[in-house]
Amino acid sequence: MTDFISSTGLPAASRAPSRPAQIALRWLLFTLLGVFALFYLMPLFVMVTTSLKSLEEIRTGSLVAFPREITFEAWRTAWSGACTGIQCEGLRPYFWNSVILAVPAVLISTFLGAANGYVIAQWNFRGANLIFSAMLFGCFIPFQVVLLPMARMLGLMGIAGTIPGLMFAHVIYGIGFTTLFFRNFYVTVPGDLVKAAKVDGAGFFRIFWSIFLPLSLPIFVVTVIWQFTQIWNDFLFGVSFSQAGTQPVTVALNNIVNSTTGVKEYNVDMAAAIIAALPTLLVYVVAGKYFIRGLTAGSVKG
Amino acid sequence: MDPILNIKNLSKSYGQLEILQEINVAIDRGDFLVLVGPSGCGKSTLLNCIAGLEPISAGSISIDGRDMTHVSPKDRDIAMVFQSYALYPTMTVAKNITFGMKVRGVDTATQARKLDEVARQLQIEPLLNRRPGQLSGGQRQRVAMGRALVRDPKLFLFDEPLSNLDAKLRVSMRSEIKKLHQSLGATMVYVTHDQIEAMTLATKIVVMKGGIVQQIGTPAEIYNHPANLFVADFMGSPAMNLIPARTRRKGQETLIEIARAEGDPMLLAGPDGSDLPQDIILGLRPEDIAEAGFRSGDRVQAAQCRIDLVEPAGADTYVVSQLGGRQVTARLHAETKAQPGAMLELAFDLAKVSYFAPDTGERLN
Repeated sequence: MTDFISSTGLPAASRAPSRPAQIALRWLLFTLLGVFALFYLMPLFVMVTTSLKSLEEIRTGSLVAFPREITFEAWRTAWSGACTGIQCEGLRPYFWNSVILAVPAVLISTFLGAANGYVIAQWNFRGANLIFSAMLFGCFIPFQVVLLPMARMLGLMGIAGTIPGLMFAHVIYGIGFTTLFFRNFYVTVPGDLVKAAKVDGAGFFRIFWSIFLPLSLPIFVVTVIWQFTQIWNDFLFGVSFSQAGTQPVTVALNNIVNSTTGVKEYNVDMAAAIIAALPTLLVYVVAGKYFIRGLTAGSVKG
Repeated sequence: MDPILNIKNLSKSYGQLEILQEINVAIDRGDFLVLVGPSGCGKSTLLNCIAGLEPISAGSISIDGRDMTHVSPKDRDIAMVFQSYALYPTMTVAKNITFGMKVRGVDTATQARKLDEVARQLQIEPLLNRRPGQLSGGQRQRVAMGRALVRDPKLFLFDEPLSNLDAKLRVSMRSEIKKLHQSLGATMVYVTHDQIEAMTLATKIVVMKGGIVQQIGTPAEIYNHPANLFVADFMGSPAMNLIPARTRRKGQETLIEIARAEGDPMLLAGPDGSDLPQDIILGLRPEDIAEAGFRSGDRVQAAQCRIDLVEPAGADTYVVSQLGGRQVTARLHAETKAQPGAMLELAFDLAKVSYFAPDTGERLN
């Protein structure tokens, strides 16, 4: 571009920034981006390095320094030895609580969302829009508002303080979002597809199972990531609807950090926080490619 | 023999809006029925009603003597080809074609045999393992046809199946559908907005407008004896000339008087002993106006006309003149000597003429 302009004899600077100015701008841009990246990575860096230091070193060294001697002692403690209140079993049991809670809750709410979205998008029935609006409204109800009614509900159902109870709360709360995702994906599927399948002899569930679900991989991944992140990271429902043995990992992390006696074990706290955050990170890394694709996907070429 | 498809007094409305009004159509086994009309005339809705994909508000539909009015699409023994093809995007071509049989629990050996037959018939054998996304428009069209053919239904329904193809492919697929109809002897119902498609394919045409049937008949009947001005204008290309005229009585004879751009009005012999009203609209197809001397018949009458426009179209030459205040197109042979601005003697074949009432638009003869 600049070559073309200078070869035609026009003063380059009058049309576009001169070459040195362009390079300077480029450098400024990258420097700025680098600074932002460092700014965001700093806490992670501090967490990782601190978790690998011994308590002695934390006390004497600098916060941002690399560990002089790498030790996984803090990780071991965080996983299986740290105390939450009177119990000293580390995060492990609570981590598994979260897994047992999150995996079924994510799958159930995603499948329900897919089924709802399919019905609302492709089977026009009286009041479909009203129901969809109501579900959409459900997405915007703050957690705090439903705490008491949900507690009463779980009590009546006899699953208060249990993992299925917590699962139930998350599934109900998640249906609004999952329905929204799937509905918006399925409205882009041409209606002739349903008609063709009906003429071919397929019924309601057959069409859903054989035609719509196989189409849904991108939006399925988006929904799973969204729901998993929500449910795994949730604290409020976890702390409200669980009891001693059934707490999810977020609640346990809070207890570990808050119930140290004597010296504050920063390395254990950091290791515990990383362990608690790892699964969501992992989900993004594994499925991130589909996440981006799913967010931009809409039209189904067929 | 009972009609294979019998539609009686079918009406459909959305609230106050009437989409279809009092439709009555019956066809026999082996018929090729084409529903034709401008967009929004309700032809696709009618097809969906026949398929059972849209509920109807009143009337009845029976297929092969069985009342199907409230029967679900899967039990109507029909197959349908859609404008968008509606192939299942995640299934291979083979799976697309066999899906219907699989759903109905046909055994795998039969499925394979039928798939093989249809694939050979439509020459899509090399495509069987591809997905719809990897096919061209014409190939998708074939697969959609295959999915219908494999079912061997009582009734084939086509919803503008060719309108997404390019012009050349459309013509070749058109003759292929016609061949298919002849070789299978199947009954087909076909929706299109293209009147040429309607003429070439149909054994019976239903012309619709605004949810009302305008005329039902064979292509020849529709073309030669249009029931009203709408049908006359819609069917045929170039369209039928519709010329405002007046009738004059001279003893036993009726004369038709048509105003010319200049000079005396043109006088044509009207039908004997008819009771035409004073004001009429005279309909004559472009091919029924020829250069004088090139058309013979006992009711051919020639008159001098000024030619405004000459449009050679290869096989024919169209010339435009002005009669009764309207542009009138005549279809002449390719080597005509017609010159724009010059006078030419045109021969009007009055045996082919249609008369319409200007106010109601209905046919008078």
